Amino acid sequence: MLKLLLGNRVAAVAGLVVVAFVMLAILAPILAPYDPNEQHPEAIRAAPFWQADGESRFLLGSDSLGRDLLSRIMYGARISILLGVVVVLLTLLVGTGLGMLAGYFRGAFDAVMSRIVDTLLAFPFLIFALAIMAATGPNLVALVLALAFKGWVDFYRVARADVLAAREADYVTAARGVGASTAHILFSEILPNIVPPLIVLAALRMAIIIIAEASLSFLGIGVPPSIPAWGTMVADGRADIAGAWWIATFPGLAILALVLAVNLFGEGLRDALDPRMRQ
Amino acid sequence: MWGRFLRQRLLQLIPVLIGVSFIVFLTMHLTPGDPIEHMLGQAGRITQEQIDELRAHYGLDRPLIVQYGLFVGNAVRGEFGPSYSHHGRTVRSVVAARLPATLELTVFAFVIAIVFAIPAGVIASLRPHGLFDRLATVGALLGISMPGFWLGIVLMIIFGLQRHWLPISGRIDLALVPDYVTGIHTLDALLTANGPAFWSALKHLALPGVAMAAPMAAMVMRMVRSSMIGVLAQDYVQFARAKGLPETTVVGKHALRNALIPTVNLVALQTGLLLSGNMIIETVFQFPGLGKLAVDAIAAADYPLVQAVVLIYAVSYVLLNLVADALHAALDPRVQIA
Repeated sequence: MLKLLLGNRVAAVAGLVVVAFVMLAILAPILAPYDPNEQHPEAIRAAPFWQADGESRFLLGSDSLGRDLLSRIMYGARISILLGVVVVLLTLLVGTGLGMLAGYFRGAFDAVMSRIVDTLLAFPFLIFALAIMAATGPNLVALVLALAFKGWVDFYRVARADVLAAREADYVTAARGVGASTAHILFSEILPNIVPPLIVLAALRMAIIIIAEASLSFLGIGVPPSIPAWGTMVADGRADIAGAWWIATFPGLAILALVLAVNLFGEGLRDALDPRMRQ
Repeated sequence: MWGRFLRQRLLQLIPVLIGVSFIVFLTMHLTPGDPIEHMLGQAGRITQEQIDELRAHYGLDRPLIVQYGLFVGNAVRGEFGPSYSHHGRTVRSVVAARLPATLELTVFAFVIAIVFAIPAGVIASLRPHGLFDRLATVGALLGISMPGFWLGIVLMIIFGLQRHWLPISGRIDLALVPDYVTGIHTLDALLTANGPAFWSALKHLALPGVAMAAPMAAMVMRMVRSSMIGVLAQDYVQFARAKGLPETTVVGKHALRNALIPTVNLVALQTGLLLSGNMIIETVFQFPGLGKLAVDAIAAADYPLVQAVVLIYAVSYVLLNLVADALHAALDPRVQIA
């Protein structure tokens, strides 16, 4: 699998970009030239260094409060990646767990879950996240719940369908025949076989969550304003696009680069793990 | 057969609509403060008795489930009470005034996405891995990976501020607003044969329309491309070619028609997703529609207004999903509609 993935040059490069972003996020306190909230009143809206009036102290320029954009973008990677990972893990665990139970036991539990899932599928995700955040205000716990609200359904559907197919498979019948417990069958026999599609889905969901979080932060109802976040930074720069285009442009470019890399890596994973979906 | 299909699907909508409305209703109970206090605002000194009276009037002293019943009963009739932030106006009148702008922008974005995506997908599929296909694939990936609010801002910087080709905010040049017919400026301008107004409205729609259309165009393009590649490899297409039919007939008539079946379903689903982008794009471009109204209402803590708009978006989304299913069933005889 690793070989296949590395054989796909685009996916390998995308994977490296994702790793680079993660390193940037972790090492931000060491790598960032300034504290992300440190204001430099003498250098408000400083241009990036390559502009004629740019300052080499602020490589990507500074914002309307004189904060270093590069440092803020590095710190902004932390919250984007952290929220993406937390939300995707949460939805992966909840969705896979419920989906496996529904697929294996079927019956009343499956019937009830299917109703709930049908209802949730009809929910416009971002609009409901927005409604929840509008009610609670910017707040990290609410943000995680709002972003996870519907996301588990995708994992549920994949896990349920795969377990439904697996429970009739010979290897499961054999395990049952030798007297394996239900827990053993579910976790040791079936789970390893349904992991690949779930990993692919997790990667593609990550891209969606990062954009959704940035969108909510852009609207001022995502990440609290005290934490540097890319969406908030683009919103901050919106008023200055006529004079200082860089303030809104660079944080957005960071979102684009990370999401593009995650998407390309996810599609590469899909090609490597799931030959049926290879295009 | 169709009657039964529709009846069944409409019945399935009921639990969905109950769930949607219940969550919208609950968000009001998550909000800090008391709706009566919001409503009274700066109305001066008010006795506890008056507050209790108002609470009883709006049913706020009743059990939660009764309040939900009242909420749904009012919502069905389009009544959401007074708006907290638009003084002296009901939520209904505020929403009604903004609805045409959002309809206009959404339809415009839809048209851009389709007009661009279907030909691009077809051309890309004719020569897989050719130059056009590679460009289109990269473009589609960018469209999917780009946050809409940022694309909007970049378009504003390039086409509005540096080139001055297009306006970057509003719906129309205020001196050119056409006579009111439907509230949809482009349509009103056409109906009243007002050329300058039409042109102005169209120019104002261009940038927000493109920003809103980008993710949908990307998804639809990819779908058309991959289903065309699949269809073009089928025996009947080879047969049509072998019969000596011109390539345009083979591609346009035999292949495209079948390739569009899965696309139609995706298009309806994506139109639902356009609505999510709508809120953000309207905010970026100061476009006076429902999306901007909702975002402003959030900032002003005007919860009844937020609820009303969220409910409108959610119900539209649910109905578009229904349309997607119905179209899919109508076009693909393999889908059992009974």
